[in-house]
Amino acid sequence: MTTKGGSNVATTSRRRPARSAKNSEELLGYYRQMLLVRRFEERTAQAYTEAKIGGYCHLNLGEEATVVGLMAAIEERDYLFTNYRDHGYALIRGMDPGRVMAELYGRQDGVSKGWGGSMHLFDTDVRQLGGYGIVGGQLPLAAGAALAVSYRDGDEVVMCQMGDGTTNIGAFHETLNMATLWDLPIVFVVVNNHLGMGTTVEMSSAEPELYKRASAYRMESARVDGNDVIAVRDAAKVAVERARKEQKPYLLETVSGRLKGHSVVDPAAYRSKDEVEAVRAQDPVAALHDALVDGKVADADQLAEVDAEVHRIVKAAVEFAEKSPAPEVSSLFDYTYASPVPNDSRRLPADPLFPVGA
Amino acid sequence: MAVMSYRQALHDTLRAEMLRDPDVFLMGEEIGRFEGSYKITAGLLDEFGPKRVRDTPIAEEGFTGAAVGAAMLGLRPVVEIMTINFSLLALDQIVNHAAKIYGMFGGQKSVPMVIRTPGGGGQQLAATHSQNVELFYAFTPGLKVVAPSSPADAKALLLASIRDNDPVLFLENLALYNTKGEVPDGDVAGEIGRAAVTREGTDITLVAYSRMAHVALQVAEKLAADEGISAEVVDLRSLRPLDRPTIIESVKKTSCAVVLEDDWLTYGIGAEVAASISDGAFDYLDAPVRRVAMAEVPLPYAKSLELAALPSANDVVTAVHQTLDAVGRRSVGAH
Repeated sequence: MTTKGGSNVATTSRRRPARSAKNSEELLGYYRQMLLVRRFEERTAQAYTEAKIGGYCHLNLGEEATVVGLMAAIEERDYLFTNYRDHGYALIRGMDPGRVMAELYGRQDGVSKGWGGSMHLFDTDVRQLGGYGIVGGQLPLAAGAALAVSYRDGDEVVMCQMGDGTTNIGAFHETLNMATLWDLPIVFVVVNNHLGMGTTVEMSSAEPELYKRASAYRMESARVDGNDVIAVRDAAKVAVERARKEQKPYLLETVSGRLKGHSVVDPAAYRSKDEVEAVRAQDPVAALHDALVDGKVADADQLAEVDAEVHRIVKAAVEFAEKSPAPEVSSLFDYTYASPVPNDSRRLPADPLFPVGA
Repeated sequence: MAVMSYRQALHDTLRAEMLRDPDVFLMGEEIGRFEGSYKITAGLLDEFGPKRVRDTPIAEEGFTGAAVGAAMLGLRPVVEIMTINFSLLALDQIVNHAAKIYGMFGGQKSVPMVIRTPGGGGQQLAATHSQNVELFYAFTPGLKVVAPSSPADAKALLLASIRDNDPVLFLENLALYNTKGEVPDGDVAGEIGRAAVTREGTDITLVAYSRMAHVALQVAEKLAADEGISAEVVDLRSLRPLDRPTIIESVKKTSCAVVLEDDWLTYGIGAEVAASISDGAFDYLDAPVRRVAMAEVPLPYAKSLELAALPSANDVVTAVHQTLDAVGRRSVGAH
């Protein structure tokens, strides 16, 4: 499943997973997680169209196998940085679905207390150190976190997720260069869904096989079928172990597809029907469903029950978000500075700088 | 109390903080083997080793962002950016990330880091190496920006900046590195957000920071000696937060003000100070607040043009005369 030689990954829409008992249990678990991402995102899109969620909203629909496979490869002690397409990572990494939804709603019980929204999910408890809204802004940060681990002789690994468009910005090259120079325990993951907004990888990248870019930094790399959760997990485990044991960075490219537009409001008119159909044919959730049934790991009724359970979780998350209050206006100045400082302006727009007539 | 240069005060403070706190480490271009472009870090690589004195590639965005990430995990990086001009390459990491992480994630992670960088125009370095863009940082909530003008303040504010839990842009100035002054012994951290009245006076307030705070003091002494004009000097020291109360208190006493700055006039730091004076001391003002700033051009290489563009002590004297003349107070000052 993993490519190192340069050929494109052959993606298959119907897989035949091995049927050991352990494997069956794992596969069912992954299916449940992928379905959680799927249903949560579908509900998120609905809430957005109802204007319950504001701002930008980028979904993981079509990337569920990549999300779940990657999260299965890192341990609790490891750190995660992602870009703005971060809901699925937050859920599978272990953030509470209700608090994730509350963040999308901009409520005070949100994981970032309503300050970050969709693009900026953050939870120190599960060591997900942020979704970041500027393309590639998280790369230097993640390298710095890996530097801190190395500084303290720790054995944690930093995983840094990004989209395919990120590989063309300066920070990508600056960060990969430093990561090799400084022996940083970091795994860079390029989630290649083939589109940077509406621009294809071929239109934007002189070398469209993105994992090859690592060779310029003497970094090990691989490309894997991002629609195959086991393949993603196994490839990511290789990368994580290398980072942990050898203190060497790694670049992993996962190839999947985006079922919807760049964000909820993007109808993706730039894609042909054939292109959309090709992505749908590789839908990782449907493929795993069929593989589980075909392999007699579970029957359709059992899987429907998993779906029902996931629906209940998502419904509860929405109810939690709906009930959570908006942040108090009195908290507006609570998070500008961590160290209190004299003369810090705390005025609302209509407040005078100095009392009138004083 | 020892007399030492601004450079020495910075060097000694960095060394003392590294000895005190193992989480403090240095990163930047040429700070180790080369000992720093301005030799602030001379000898520190030998003493602390490459883990704590880290030479970086020429990649300002990358290494500044790496310092932000290291700070998120609780280290206390002190980054040297060779000149503030190069900090523009790291603008995304400073403004979009270092400044926002504490707030945007609801206070879950602070970013305790310092970015030391010298500004300062002149020395025939031409447009991209002679500009004072500290305004970009002072404009940004979430950052703290300090600009010490004396060796004593350099020490006090560097101690405070390293120990602060927020990102601090620490503005140095090429023209100040060799200036000397008394520096208190011991562990004397200053307070970010406090201006200083560095000279008391009654006729007019001069507000300045960094190199221009020295020019303000020179001008004040000259005005006193030559014309009997008593000028008070306010050294901002901190550009964000800005200590408006100290400025207002001084202007209420003198009723006139001239603001000095090394940056461009329009939208500059002086504009903010002048607007603040209007807001807080309008009824006390006897004359409009004047500003002395750099000419609004990319700074030229040719010496004659460069000299004309940079604000000088004579420019400040002229502005003081114009201000006092406007209200017929120069003769009062010369009593």
